[in-house]
Amino acid sequence: MKDFIEGSEAVARAVCLCKPGVISAYPITPQTHIVEGLAQMVADGRLKCQFVNVESEHSAASVVLGAVAAGERVFTASSSQGLILMSEVIFNIAGMRMPVVLACVNRSLSAPINIWNDLQDSMALRDSGWVQLYAENNQEALDLTIQAYRLAEDSRALVPVMVCLDGYVLSHGLEVVDIPEEDKVAQFLPPFNPAEKLDTANPKSFGLLAGPDYYLEIRHDLHQAVKDTLKLIPEITADFKRIFGRDSGGLVESYRLEDAEMAIVSAGSVCGTIKDTVDNLRAEGKKVGLLRIITYRPFPEELILQALAKVPMVAILDKAISLGATGPIYADLKAAFQGKPGKKISGYIAGLGGRDITPDTIKEIFQQLAGPEVSNQFIGLKSSF
Amino acid sequence: MRIKLTAEPGSARNNKTGSWRVERRPQFLQKNCSACRMCILVCPEGIVSGKEKNSFKTDYLYCKGCGLCAAVCPKKDIEMVPEETESKK
Ligand code: SF4
Ligand code: SF4
Repeated sequence: MKDFIEGSEAVARAVCLCKPGVISAYPITPQTHIVEGLAQMVADGRLKCQFVNVESEHSAASVVLGAVAAGERVFTASSSQGLILMSEVIFNIAGMRMPVVLACVNRSLSAPINIWNDLQDSMALRDSGWVQLYAENNQEALDLTIQAYRLAEDSRALVPVMVCLDGYVLSHGLEVVDIPEEDKVAQFLPPFNPAEKLDTANPKSFGLLAGPDYYLEIRHDLHQAVKDTLKLIPEITADFKRIFGRDSGGLVESYRLEDAEMAIVSAGSVCGTIKDTVDNLRAEGKKVGLLRIITYRPFPEELILQALAKVPMVAILDKAISLGATGPIYADLKAAFQGKPGKKISGYIAGLGGRDITPDTIKEIFQQLAGPEVSNQFIGLKSSF
Repeated sequence: MRIKLTAEPGSARNNKTGSWRVERRPQFLQKNCSACRMCILVCPEGIVSGKEKNSFKTDYLYCKGCGLCAAVCPKKDIEMVPEETESKK
């Protein structure tokens, strides 16, 4: 069934189709519509689920951690300061290998307070042991949410998954979205049946102390599990296509990269703008393309190396920055290409705090890419106020 | 998952944490003991045992040498001794 809906509603409908047993969240702009929608579904009896109201995001994350440990499928969502307040639990969820699915509606971080979109919030948690998926549009936000449960709960993975969608651009923007039938979702997503769970009849402890003799191995194990999802994700997207009939999600997307002399690498909804600009520049005879990162953690290094192997000039558009260093995607890409000379790789920062990234911004990046190699060049910076 | 991340109840016993003890260990003299049981009560490891007067002892496989039992004993019947001291028992 097709419907004209916000990205927030697309995520809420996807979650409803996956039938979680426990949802807990705390309202924060611009994420609020997701859990408002879910709360309404629970209140109307359309979703049989315990919706736990809490006093903070730290508690929301703790509630879903406890519930998933007890064997329930769970969901939470947040943005910006809320996600950062969750972060202590976020690391624990991954460390305890709990298949939580969280929607992050991307918003800038304070201070100064700014409610608009960039990717600084989820990027700050890229080292937490969560799989991070970035949606380009509302359809993908819905599809990635369903795929996220399948991936997280796979006994070969057991890692949490964060589905990231741009605040306002997607969360409050309306698009036509194909909403799958319940029976197809049931066919794609088996019931959650963890091998180990909290059970009073068979007591166990989770989240134990591990001293220097064990910690290194346990961290390595988590690192390996996150990396191994690089193999599971293509398997899951192939199965998704088999059942729902559409290509959606995956690791990376190459857009008009064949014969490209210049390419931009980025993630999220800005890639829609980049695609349009690439089409227009191609019409003028410019050989440009886009590499869209869908799965940012684990970092699909091999595929990125392959996709960009023949592109001599690569620009990374980061909507986040590791302050005092570079954009996060730039740093990862630069590291991936270390020891492989003969390529210009430049890093650009744009769109922080909701500054619009227009086709002109994209054109400016392509123009600058022809110039000297840079690592953290801000685009559109005003010189005076 | 290659490493099991959960533990069964009581499994802390599998870890012989007495090796963490440094310098001193309690010596239960078993001379003036009144069986007040204070040493059992204060031991953070829950490893002091005994019922009758002058029967109290600890389990060195887990004892951390914190000295709480010696400090609390009203009869001064527990003494902290250097680790290398030969056991009297
Ligand atoms: S020294 Fe500390 S750990 Fe050892 S028996 Fe006494 S109270 Fe218990
Ligand atoms: S505290 Fe001293 S007197 Fe009391 S039971 Fe222990 S050893 Fe005996």
